[in-house]
This record gives sequence, C-alpha cells and structure tokens, in this order.
Amino acid sequence: MDRQRCELMRELQEVSFALVELNLFLDNNPTNQQALADYNMFARKYEELKKMYESLYGPLTNFGYAPSKYPWQWVNEPWPWE
Amino acid sequence: MWIYEKKLQYPVKIKNKDVRMAKWIIEQYGGADGELAAALRYLTQRYTMPTGKSKALLTDIGTEELAHLEIIAAMVYQLMKDATIEEIKEAGLAEYYADHDKALFYVNAAGNPFTVTYIQAKGDPITDLYEDMAAEQKARSTYEWLINLTDDPCVKDPLRFLREREVVHFQRFGEALMDVYEYQNSKKFY
Repeated sequence: MDRQRCELMRELQEVSFALVELNLFLDNNPTNQQALADYNMFARKYEELKKMYESLYGPLTNFGYAPSKYPWQWVNEPWPWE
Repeated sequence: MWIYEKKLQYPVKIKNKDVRMAKWIIEQYGGADGELAAALRYLTQRYTMPTGKSKALLTDIGTEELAHLEIIAAMVYQLMKDATIEEIKEAGLAEYYADHDKALFYVNAAGNPFTVTYIQAKGDPITDLYEDMAAEQKARSTYEWLINLTDDPCVKDPLRFLREREVVHFQRFGEALMDVYEYQNSKKFY
C-alpha cells in the first residue's frame, strides 16, 4: 500500500471511530441533539472520504453499496489483514 | 443483513514476526473472553432485549466485536506469516501447525477449541446485561496481560486500542442496564 492510500485509509479509520463512538452513545441517548448533530456531520464527512477512496482504490463495500470499474475490483488485493 | 467493509477498524502493521505472541494473542480469537465469544453473545442476546435502545446497542456492539475479531486475526496472521518450522516448534505451536498449518482457527492460547459454553443468553435482560458487563471486564484484563507479554510497539498499539474499547463497551452496557431497570419499573402498577 502506497503512502497516499495509507493516509486516506487512516483518515477513514479516524472518522469511522468517531462515528462508532457517537453511534453507541446515541443508542443510549437518542434525544441528545449535540451528539446527533456530530453524528450527522461525521456521517457526511465519511461519505465524502469513502467516495474519494473508492474512486482511487476500488470499493470498500460490496453487495451494491459501491459501484465497480471493469474488471470487478472487489477481488483486488491487498485485503485488510495483509 | 450484514455488510462487509474492506478495512480494519484500527490499523495493524506488524513488522517483526513473533510466533509465541501469536500463540498468546489467539486467546482473544477463540478463547472464553475473546472477540468471537463477545460477538456471538451480544448478537444472540439482542433478540430478547426489551427496548429499541437495548436491541440497538447489542446489535452495534456485537457488530463492532466482529471488527475486533478481524483485528485479532490480522495480528495473528502477520505475527505468523514468515515463521519457519523451527520457530513454530520453538514457540510450542507444532501441535497447532499439525492441524491447521498457519490458518486461523478458533482456539485459545492453550489450544482448546472454541465452545459456546463460554457464553449465555438467559432471556432476562438484567441477567444478560450483567454478563455483558463482566465479559467486557474479563476481556479488558486479558488485553492487559497480553500487553505485558510483549515489548513490540507495533503489537502493543492495537492491543491498547482494543483494551480501551472494552472499557467503553462496559460503560455503555452499564447505562443500558440502568435504562432497562427504569423501563421495568415504569411497567409496574401499584
């Protein structure tokens, strides 16, 4: 994985970490408006980053959640544990 | 339905192989207080939770545990990948190798296969949430013992992340427990 790809992945991981934290907090506190506003802000940020990453390196999600260029990019390596 | 995301929740970039550490970390793959046990426990207890909030929390923490299972797998995989047969024998992993080569399998550090007798679902949300809180503390302790077993910063770093997640999950389950108590009390009429 080249440096730019690593950095973009790291950014995705940071934003998704904030989203997981806010998600679990909101499960217990669904009427907390500040947490919800933060969640929606990070969700938009995540969507942007995800689109950027996918246009450069192929889909992050399968089953129709992201389009693929030819040939079918889902099979491309490396996989996350590699 | 679940959707797979082709990314780790937290990066794992281990530079040096360490077969002994792989043998110990596998405790959190297929051990009693490991990530598989956690994911299976919450994802089966959620069906009989009493409120939308508690169903959501068990679904979401159960799903996050699957991401942690993948982090543990990545660590074991990377620690073992370039190991020689001699190193595998020295680390006491020959028995594992005889059965699995370097494949990931659900066993604990002592080699015992995973069993669902590690977990419970009692149908009583109070009982289940207390078990969940205990499970998070047991997993946190295991992460601390694993952190003590290595000096490699590339190994310590993701273990520290996982330990912190156990603390957060414990807190969220504690809040859910209080909420379920409140919900049950509100249903009683005197």
